[in-house]
Amino acid sequence: MIRNLTLSALAAFAVTTGGVMAAGAEDGHIENIAFSFDGPFGKYDQAQLQRGLQVYTEVCSACHGLQYVPLRDLTDLGYDDEQVRAYAAQFEVFDSELDDFRPATPTDHFPKSGLANAPDLSMMAKARAGFHGPYGLGINQFFKGIGGPEYITALLTSYTGEEVEQAGAVLYENTVFPGGLISMTPPLSDEIVEYADGHANDAHHLAEDVSAFLMWAAEPKMMARKQVGFVGVLFLGILAVLLYLTNKRIWAPVKNRKEV
Amino acid sequence: MAGIPHDHYEPKSGFEKWLHTRLPIVGLMYDTLFIPTPKNLNWWWIWGIVLAFCLVLQIVTGIVLAMHYTPHVDMAFASIEHIMRNVNGGALLRYVHMNGASLFFLAVYIHMFRGLFYGSYKAPREVTWIIGMLIYLAMMATGFLGYVLPWGQMSFWGATVITGLFGAIPFIGEPLQTWLLGGPAVGNATLNRFFSLHYLLPFVIAGLVIVHIWAFHTTGNNNPTGVEVRRGSKAEAEKDTLPFWPYFVIKDLFALVLILVVFFAVVGFMPNYFGHPDNYIEANPLSTPAHIVPEWYYLPFYAILRAFTSDVWVVQIASFVTGGIIDAKFFGVLAMFGAIFVMVLAPWLDTSSVRSGRYRPMFRWWFYLLIIDFIVLMWCGAMPAEPPYSTISLIGSAYWFAYFLVILPILGVIEKPLPQPATIEEDFNDHYAHDASPAE
Repeated sequence: MIRNLTLSALAAFAVTTGGVMAAGAEDGHIENIAFSFDGPFGKYDQAQLQRGLQVYTEVCSACHGLQYVPLRDLTDLGYDDEQVRAYAAQFEVFDSELDDFRPATPTDHFPKSGLANAPDLSMMAKARAGFHGPYGLGINQFFKGIGGPEYITALLTSYTGEEVEQAGAVLYENTVFPGGLISMTPPLSDEIVEYADGHANDAHHLAEDVSAFLMWAAEPKMMARKQVGFVGVLFLGILAVLLYLTNKRIWAPVKNRKEV
Repeated sequence: MAGIPHDHYEPKSGFEKWLHTRLPIVGLMYDTLFIPTPKNLNWWWIWGIVLAFCLVLQIVTGIVLAMHYTPHVDMAFASIEHIMRNVNGGALLRYVHMNGASLFFLAVYIHMFRGLFYGSYKAPREVTWIIGMLIYLAMMATGFLGYVLPWGQMSFWGATVITGLFGAIPFIGEPLQTWLLGGPAVGNATLNRFFSLHYLLPFVIAGLVIVHIWAFHTTGNNNPTGVEVRRGSKAEAEKDTLPFWPYFVIKDLFALVLILVVFFAVVGFMPNYFGHPDNYIEANPLSTPAHIVPEWYYLPFYAILRAFTSDVWVVQIASFVTGGIIDAKFFGVLAMFGAIFVMVLAPWLDTSSVRSGRYRPMFRWWFYLLIIDFIVLMWCGAMPAEPPYSTISLIGSAYWFAYFLVILPILGVIEKPLPQPATIEEDFNDHYAHDASPAE
């Protein structure tokens, strides 16, 4: 809040020093995407989350994990218990009681990353910030979010096609990744995933869908949270009005004013 | 309590008398609730209630969070996600606790600068001021310890940097740092003791808050004029004051609820606004984040810490005079703690006989500059330690010390204050006799 209050003072500074962004701003510019869950009233689009889950399952999960996400939470995406059970069974988890691997059940979590250098994606959409504006104050996240899903979409679609070999490893040029070189092979290409509902499946749409899914994975309680925020603001607002009137009335005789 | 004459509690029924002779607790509550309060208090005086609310909020949410949190390096990060995903209302609890810390610090800064402007630190309220500064220090410690608990990247590296400050102390630094951490580096022992202390300190703060309230209930509140309440008789005092209940309780509650509207909007719609994305990455001792940035409320003092690099002449002189014992790092640590310590000394550094900044034509401009300085330092603290930010930090730090050590003592001598109202009643009536605008 103090940052909000000091907006004008800082704005003057930021402009005169060349509009420098806050610490942590990366090189690549991240385009805002109008996701359905942006803003105080934004909601997840179940159909998009289902498509994103499909992209995650068919592409990302080959290397990346979602170890903090319980499989049973997939009911949020509109699946029933039977579908979640069937989906979970495709993963193998280690059961310390059996001392062996068994098919996952809805009470298990998604598996960990299969590759050592592939980061877990559970909180990825909250662990990267795409926006810091205006003037590095980040206030526009009230409407646009912090830009995590936008960063993921941008990263997935910003390969230049150049490859560089460094110390025996192949790195791929990516204009969004800090440093410009990433060891992840370009994961998405047009029509690499076939949607059952026939939704557009060019690389950009696939990237947006999986980004939306990863936002859900990072913040599954977002809609409940926004609702609590709305109810809280509404009821506290009413209480504030009542207290304002009470206060005015109590003080009126003291301030030599006519009673309201 | 001593101070302004007012009605005291009279036990009426048999039980009340029985209890009152054994434990005068009802009387204590009565005196606290009906304490005569200067009737001209403006809206800058509402932040005390906000702070009391924040303390209760943080303790209540914190105790519930502690029921689900695991202070172990292998499980802490996962247990936070457990709270966020599996615990009923857990995500909300944690976001309220996270943002509650920010509200707490916002309130304490406004509360402190209010005291600095209206001269609330001056005699006879020095003890209130010093207790307040101790509360502030305890809050800084608690906030820092709490930020380590989620065991994210910023938690870990923040802990490494801040405990490293103790390592900068000559001779005893390294053993002291090892003792604080419980090992050679931030690890499981560190996390456990930080959790323990994070749970302990809020209750220390609660104790200090009671002493803080006790102290200013003894001296009476300061007020925007800085003129004392008349204490010759009860009738005289009643012209200057109103009982805390209901006049100020309702006023403060109104302000608190208005602030909570904004607070709930932040918690509901942008709960990670004050956080750092890197803290959603589990702590990794092998990977240092590109920028280690403390929470926003430490930034001004973090900027002062970093401002004094080895190429600054005062640092070079200090290093030369002490034969290298005070190096740039230790100088920075001294400057950071010194920046807080000079605030503690404000009651004795301010030589003006006039309390309120309202009647000090020169002082107020230096004070406004101090506010700007604080904001600029906050901004510099968030920026990388390189030009031009390092230079701006240095100028900002110099002004911070100059304000307390040079400007405050000199102003009292050279400044010609404006005429002050004779009484609080006069100020209040001047304000309300002519127009019907609400309190400023």
